[in-house]
Amino acid sequence: MTLDAVILQVLAGLATGGIYASLALALVMIYHATHLVNFAQGEMAMFTTYIAWSLINAGMPYWPAFLLTVGIAFILGMFIERIVIRPVENAPVLGVVVVFIGLLVILNSVAGWIYTYTIKSFPSPFPRQPILGIHYISAHELGAIGVTLAVLALLYGFFRFTPLGLAMRAAAQNPESSRLVGIRVGWMLALGWGLAAAVGAVAGMMVAPVVYLDPNMMSGILLYAFAAALLGGIDSPGGAVLGGFAVGVLENLLGAFVIGNELKLAVALVLIVGVLLVKPSGLFGRVYVTRV
Amino acid sequence: MLLEVSGLHAAYGATRVIHGIGFAMEEKSITALLGANGAGKTTTLRALCGMVKTEGQIRFRGERIDGRSTEDIARLGIAHVPDGRGTFLNLTAEENLRLGAYTRRDRAAVEADLERVFGYFPQLRARRAQQAGTLSGGEQQMLAVSRALMLAPKLMLLDEPSFGLAPLLVRELFAILRAINERERVGMLLVEQNAAMALDLADRAYLIETGRVVLSGTAADIKRDDAVRRAYLGY
Ligand SMILES: Nc1ncnc2c1ncn2[C@@H]1O[C@H](COP(=O)(O)OP(=O)(O)OP(=O)(O)O)[C@@H](O)[C@H]1O
Ligand SMILES: [Mg+2]
Repeated sequence: MTLDAVILQVLAGLATGGIYASLALALVMIYHATHLVNFAQGEMAMFTTYIAWSLINAGMPYWPAFLLTVGIAFILGMFIERIVIRPVENAPVLGVVVVFIGLLVILNSVAGWIYTYTIKSFPSPFPRQPILGIHYISAHELGAIGVTLAVLALLYGFFRFTPLGLAMRAAAQNPESSRLVGIRVGWMLALGWGLAAAVGAVAGMMVAPVVYLDPNMMSGILLYAFAAALLGGIDSPGGAVLGGFAVGVLENLLGAFVIGNELKLAVALVLIVGVLLVKPSGLFGRVYVTRV
Repeated sequence: MLLEVSGLHAAYGATRVIHGIGFAMEEKSITALLGANGAGKTTTLRALCGMVKTEGQIRFRGERIDGRSTEDIARLGIAHVPDGRGTFLNLTAEENLRLGAYTRRDRAAVEADLERVFGYFPQLRARRAQQAGTLSGGEQQMLAVSRALMLAPKLMLLDEPSFGLAPLLVRELFAILRAINERERVGMLLVEQNAAMALDLADRAYLIETGRVVLSGTAADIKRDDAVRRAYLGY
């Protein structure tokens, strides 16, 4: 185990970690609004990545296809909230979970039906050669980290500094008071789903060149994202992001030097169980300070 | 008329709580709703905002608002300081105030109103960056009134704004409410346990018992009513 090899694995871990971070963030955003984990988040990302594939195959250049896909994902996410989630808003938790799983299965089989289960390659917008003379990390990995960080910064700015972002946070926390100041809470939830789906689409498009495109591509990744979200604290967006990078690095280091690549997915499971046992609120989970 | 209510019924599920309440308010006037615990005061305010199932007519400045959504009613200019304050606990005090002005597009006026609110409640200025959940009970009460004020309302519904305040602060709050009423030209529908102070502030008052209006009149008349005096003023 040379230092070079460790650096290599850490950087590769940061690249996949960025993907986990994005997806974990999408999970946290929906959790904030509904207090439920959207098990279909990975399949939504997978499905929109296929849409990007179709656009690119139809001759559209990469970046326009990328942006159009993000837009389509946003609308699809809003649509799913309005059509599928809204009617079960007040249903018991188990009912909603069943709806999430149904959504997962449906998206998976529709993707298989349209695009078949044959594995497809997905282009990367970044050059094949390592850039900036850095040989530890491929241009795609570096690019994926950059795109992830850009998305995270955009989201942070949106939630932190815009009135709409503030209203979305308010609606998730206190729907009743939000209505009393005129916030259309229903639309804020739909908007949250749209944003989560858009973030997921970016994650899907960044990971697809690495894992290739097939209807089941996101199942393992969602597990890591779930572990990341739990590790960071399921109600903490910043924690989810840090958790994502941490899980990515941990997964790569353990896979390369300790348990081997075949057992890597077990890392996610062990993390999930471990966090739930030791610190259910996660590393950055909020301890709500309230006074009466 | 600012507000006209007639034949108002309200229920929580199958439990009927309000049985045909009616009253009216002039523009810029202050009306007090008095009554014992559980009489239906909070429910009446919630009914006006579409937060419970209602029957009957509610007109705000001539326009029917019964059956409209809570969001739409707020956007018409009705600000509710709810029972329990309704603080956004995990946001800062300033964010709470800015949310009050969420539906307004007149940015410059919003900034001016923020200053005006800090003028009424100087304590809040010092605490503007503090997480609202960590404000003291009294500060949260001021924050709730301020948040409602930021909506630039025509009508404020105040559900026990003095709840949990020390006697001196109650006096101060009522003085501020009077100032707000005079300067901002906003009508107030005031629910209070503190009947004496409410009647001093109000123009008119309604006494509610088990979901019905049992007495109404000018605040001065109500204050002189023997039954009210014994039951609610305690002398
Ligand atoms: N969510 C609810 N579900 C069922 N019944 C309710 C609910 N909220 C209030 N009630 C009932 O409705 C009646 C009126 O309650 P309301 O809160 O309007 O009284 P109030 O006059 O505001 O009393 P207080 O002075 O104690 O605040 C009470 O009998 C109460 O038990
Ligand atoms: Mg009450």
